This record gives sequence, C-alpha cells and structure tokens, in this order.
Amino acid sequence: MQLVKRRPLPPQLTRVRAGGLLPLLAILAVLLVLVAVRQPDFLAPASLMSFLGRSAPIILLAAGQYFVIVSGEFDLSVGSLVTAQVVVAARLIDSDPSRTWPVVLVLLAGGVLVGLVNGLITTRLRVPSFITTLGMFLILVGAVYLWSNGAPKGGLSEEFRRFGRRAFEDVPVFGRVPYALVVLLVLATLAVLLMRSDFGRILVAVGDNARTAELSGARVRRTRTIAFMLSGLAAAVAAILIGGYSGVSFQAGAGLEFGAITAVVLGGVALGGGRGSVVGAMLGALTLELLFTLMNFYGVSGALRPTVQGAIILFAVAVSSRRSTSR
Amino acid sequence: MSARPPALLTLRGIGKSFFGVRVLDGVDLDVAPGEVHAVVGENGAGKSTLMKIVSGGYAPDGGTVEFAGRARVFGGPRDAQRAGIGIIHQEFNLLPERTVAENVYLGHEPKRRGLVDRRQMLSRTAELLATIGETELPADAVVGRLGVAQQQVVEIAKALALDARLLIMDEPTAALADHEVELLYGLVRRLQQQGIGLLYVSHRLTEVFDLSDRITVLKDGRLVRTMRTADATPEDLVRQMVGRELSSYYPDRAAPGDVGAVRLAVRGGGNRKLRDVDLELRAGEVLGIGGLQGSGRSALARALFGVEPFTTGVVTIDGRPTRLRSPRAATRAGLAYVTEDRKGEGIVARQSVLDNALLASRAVFPARSGRAARTVRVRELLAAVEVRAAGDDQEIRFLSGGNQQKVVLARWLALDPLILLFDEPTRGIDVGAKSAIHDLVRRLARAGAAVLMISSELPELLGMSDRMLVMRDGRVAGELPAGATEEDVVALAVGTVREAAA
Repeated sequence: MQLVKRRPLPPQLTRVRAGGLLPLLAILAVLLVLVAVRQPDFLAPASLMSFLGRSAPIILLAAGQYFVIVSGEFDLSVGSLVTAQVVVAARLIDSDPSRTWPVVLVLLAGGVLVGLVNGLITTRLRVPSFITTLGMFLILVGAVYLWSNGAPKGGLSEEFRRFGRRAFEDVPVFGRVPYALVVLLVLATLAVLLMRSDFGRILVAVGDNARTAELSGARVRRTRTIAFMLSGLAAAVAAILIGGYSGVSFQAGAGLEFGAITAVVLGGVALGGGRGSVVGAMLGALTLELLFTLMNFYGVSGALRPTVQGAIILFAVAVSSRRSTSR
Repeated sequence: MSARPPALLTLRGIGKSFFGVRVLDGVDLDVAPGEVHAVVGENGAGKSTLMKIVSGGYAPDGGTVEFAGRARVFGGPRDAQRAGIGIIHQEFNLLPERTVAENVYLGHEPKRRGLVDRRQMLSRTAELLATIGETELPADAVVGRLGVAQQQVVEIAKALALDARLLIMDEPTAALADHEVELLYGLVRRLQQQGIGLLYVSHRLTEVFDLSDRITVLKDGRLVRTMRTADATPEDLVRQMVGRELSSYYPDRAAPGDVGAVRLAVRGGGNRKLRDVDLELRAGEVLGIGGLQGSGRSALARALFGVEPFTTGVVTIDGRPTRLRSPRAATRAGLAYVTEDRKGEGIVARQSVLDNALLASRAVFPARSGRAARTVRVRELLAAVEVRAAGDDQEIRFLSGGNQQKVVLARWLALDPLILLFDEPTRGIDVGAKSAIHDLVRRLARAGAAVLMISSELPELLGMSDRMLVMRDGRVAGELPAGATEEDVVALAVGTVREAAA
C-alpha cells in the first residue's frame, strides 16, 4: 500500500477522482439485490433497521477517518482506541449505573485528547501521520493490557449498553429503530454541515495543496490537528456503541482502522487528500458492511474479510487513478 | 582565428525544443584548449540548456557536438564525463560526511586486491590538488566542514580526477564571498595553463571581463554574437543581451496627483536571503522590482508577506511599526500576495473556481459577514475580472493559466487589500489575459492600493512601473524612475554600474 504521507504520493495516486457518488450507489444497489435474492427477509424494515444500527460504528469511524484523509493524513489508531475505550469504560463503570454519564463524558474527552496528541505530533514534530498513529495504535494496545493486567475488569452498566443494543420500539412504518441509528443520523448530519462550513472547505483545501492554503492565510497545522480530534471523537462514539452491542473484549476494535480506511477509499475519497465527500465515505462504509453481510449469507468464511478489504483498497485506488490519468 | 589551436569543443547549429517551444536555435560555439569562453545572456536565453547539451544532460534536436576531434552523441552525463567533460554546478554534488579524497574518487576509487586503497587515494588526491595549486587543502578533511570556496575546489578536483579536458562552470561565484572570488580567479588561471578549456556561464559582467578570452551572447535561444573580450565593452554586452523593442500596449501610469502617502516602508530589512533592504511603497503607485533570478526579488515579497519574514530591520504600515510573522498576519494587516508558482502555491487545483476564490476569506475572516453575502460578492468579483469557466463549480485545474490567475486575484480582492504584492503575475499567460491583468493592476493602484510588482520580463516591468527598484545579491542595487531603459535595468542587475543615484 502506498499509504505513507508527507512525501507526496505519485501523481496517479494523489489524483484519485471521486467521480461522484453514482458508481458507489450502483454497487450498493447491486449488493442489495443480491442480498434480497438470497434472503428476501433482509429488506423487511425490522432487519434493515437493525442492519443499519449494527453498521453505525463503522460508518461513524469512516466519517472520522474521512476528515483526516481528506486533509492529507492517515489515522491508524482508531481501532485500538475503540478497544481501549471499551476496556476503560468497563473498569470505570464497574457495573455501577450511576457512573454511566460521567464515563461517557470521559470517553468522549479521551477520544478527543488522543486525536489532539496524534495531531500535535504529526504537525508540530513533523512525524508522518502514518507513523504517528501507528505508534499511538501500539501504545494504546500495550497500555490497555498493562492497565487491566491482561484481562478486562469490571463491567458495563445496562444504562451504558442501551446506546448500542436498545431501540425505539413500535415506531410507525419502521418498527424498531435502534438508538445507534439515531445517533448515527444526528452525527452524520453534523458531519455534512461541518463539511459545508468554512472549516470543512479549508480542510479539503489543506489536503489539496497545503502550501497554497498556508499562503492564503489558513492555519494548516491547526486544521489538521482538528481533523485528528474529530477522528478521535468518532472513535469514542463508536466505542460506546460497540461496547453496548457486543460487550467488553480486547478484540472490540480490532481491525476497525482498516475497515474505516477501506470504506473511505471505496467512497471515492482520494488518499493524499483534497478530494471526496463525507457522504461518500459513509456510503462506502455501508457498502462494505453490506458486502460482508452478503458474504455471510452465501456462506463465505469471515476469515476472508481482511483479504476482501485489501483487494477493495487496491482495486478502488487503481480504478480511480486510471480514470484520473486518462483525462 | 587561424592562429588558434584546433578547437577542443565545436558546436554547430545546436537546436533544442521543449514541448514545442524552441529554447535553442542554431547555436554555434567553440572552445580551444586553455581558453576561458564566457557565455552570457538574460534569464531564459538558453545558457543552461546549452550547457546541459554539452555535458550530456540533454540530447540536442539538431546540430552536431564535436569534442577532441570526434563527433559525439552523449547518451547521458556519464558518457560526457568519460569523454572528458566536467561540469561544476551552482549546487555542489558532494557527500558532506566523507573526506575530500573519498569525494574526489567517488565511484572510481583506486583498488588493491578488490579493496579500496586508501593510502593511494589520499596521495593521488594530494597530487591532484597540488597541480591546481591547492596545497593548503588536506585530502583527508571532511567535506562538510569545509567552506564553500574549498568545496568548490573539491568539485573541480573531482572533475579533474576523471581527466576532464573541458570544464563547465555554471555561475561559479554565485555562492562565494568577495575574497573567495579572488581565489577562484587564481584557480581558473591555473586550469587554463594546464590546457583545460573552460565554459564560463555568469551573470556578472565584471568576472566575465576579468577572466574570459572570448564571450558569446545568447538571447532567446539564438546566438547574438561571439567576440573577443578585448574587443568588447560592458555597454555593448548589455545592449546585445537585451536588444528588444518596447512594442506592447500598457495602461497609463499614475499621474502625480494619484500617488499618496507612504503605505508600506522597510528600513534595513534583512534575513537569510536579503540584506539592508530599504523601500517605500506609496498608495496609488506601482513599484516594479527588477533583478535576475535569485537576486532576492521573490525573497523580498516573501519577507513582506511573512513567509520568510525579515529577521532584522523595521517594517511600518501607514507609519505604524508592524511585525508580519506569517501569511495570516500579513493578510490581516491588509497585504495580499500573488505568488510566482501558480500551480504549487497559488491554486488548490482540484477545488472549484468558487472554493478557490473564497479560500482566503474563509481562512482568515470566517465570520466577518454573512456567508451568502460573501459568496455573492466573490461571484461578482469573478465576473468583474472576467474569469472564463464553465461555471463556478468547475475545478480550477481545467482553466487556462490566465483564468486561474484571475481567480487567484479575485481571492485577494475579496479582502479589499491595501497592499498588493505580485510576483510574476503574467508568467505563462496568453497575451489577451496578460493585458487584462495589466489593466487590473493599474486599476487597483488608481483606486488607492499600493502595488509592488516583480517581473523578469523587462518590457512588462518598464511598461507597468511608476518607479523601479533593481535587486542584486539580496540588496537593492538601485532605483530607477519611469522612463528608464532596459539597459539601465540590466546594468544595475548585473552590476556594471557601482551604485545608481536616481
């Protein structure tokens, strides 16, 4: 993978084109049809709602990853950040419901803090973000093992877990609407609004050409640091949802960083920055999840997931570079 | 010519084009053994291209290269080196952590039983240095600790170790201090005595007259004339380097009443690239900045805009001392900077025309006024500067250079800047867009803006400026009034006139 930043990517890679959302929507539709053929029940409101609820964490992580990638950087630390957050939450709450809200705040603040550190190391110490966040990934993995002596301690309260596993019942038409889906819709809307704001436009400009942005008065380092903080925040929210849905384990966030990057690339966002939309990134995540569901229905081993993700990254980047060089 | 020994190097009818642009056309040139042959010309006259052809960096499209009595087609710089042509670039190619000897014999170390023979390498290097009179320089010194002049000696020794019979020196004194130039003179004369031919490229006419036997003037890729140095005068040379007619149309200059108070002033400004810069920029005037590439023109604009700020001296804006430490601070203080490198520093290529035009407003004054009102205003500006695009949402990279430049202008105009810095505002732009930008610059000045405009195109500089400063070696070499000639500018830029009192 050509993921190391700072040294500019070869022109073919930096010019990856979004080409609009149409191709992605077409893929999504094809996958839906294939799923429906195999499992007609899947399209029933109830199971569709629950699928969307389950997909909420990876979609949020893709949105977080998008901010970082579109500004020209990478965040590999989100998977282990999710794990760390889940394990920390379990130990801090220790099954005491009254601690739920304080711990939620601690997790959100912790996510932002990790993003801030990633951002400062990348922009101030000029460490390539690929390395910074790889280091952060390893540090978090080790720290969380050390802190819990090798086995998760304590437990999550039911109040905490409801975000990830409960739903609004008996909603007309939709039936059961998971809380996670509501959280997703609210945050996705905020993400779209953010990308339309001055900050969002500057973020993309920084990823496109940091030099021009700087000479036009933009605070490049600050902008990129904020992108990392948003990614950390997204990881914290994802951790709350994942902890609720699947409980406490050292595997809670394993591999999510690659899932998020795959989703972003699939969503037509250029590695190296400067192109692609947050909606594309989130739809990319949804497409990826649907693909895995499909594989599941057709009895393909779950062990193939990393292989499929790797193939998607390579294929998506290759296709978009071809398209951009053939103009 | 008949008394001259047979030529070492003979070029006949050399031509070269890049992307359909002819940069060299039918150039003849020869160098005799022991001769110093200077090549002079303006920026873009084709000197570097010609040197690259001689040293094997480029293959010519037409013409012949004959070296040491044989016609040659060099496959690359290594071929030329092997044939006996060495080139000393402005930027040295040395390994700073290694010794002089290791650098001199890099890639062809003397070997004994398959291993590098250090002792022989040192003694051979010492001999080599002795033949060019550099006995003071120890062969085992680490190159990184040597001064620039000594590193240059190492470069020369490196070429000689490969039995170079022709040396190309490209602006060899550019990096040297004044007293080191004397040392280089001595070295050049010793090389000459050994029968080595030298092609000497320089902007500095003093050196050319001090050192060379013959001078060739290039202009716009063509040979103007080759003459014996003894028959030439600096004035002739400058005239031949320039020799062009002022033909294009430029907007009227500022009338005396248009020029207002001093808006921006610098006293004793200096940094790594600039020394003792004094300047005053008045409201309503266009101050042209001339000079050769690397003379500090762009460094001046960058210092003013806070990209590489002044480290010494005082900058005042409307009489108040100001520190401009970043582009952001400069923008807030009312400055705008249109950069020379449009693609690398001017546009965000994959964003829309509108996003590009809004960039500075968004970055610096996010909540200044309503967003909708701001967008409407920028759209009006884009229309006012006559940007031709399929629409506001078209990616700027698909626009022509001239239209891109207009979008960059609109970006700054949206902030109502009081002081505008233009660095080569019309480079790479077609004629129509060029005069549109000239008109716009003049209109801005007439509306009360203070404009500083850098240009290496002399007709543009002379046509647009109400007065001019010419830079040389990081200093202001002199000031010229409107109506000065191209010769005046070039004379100051290359330093034939000591100090100009305008």
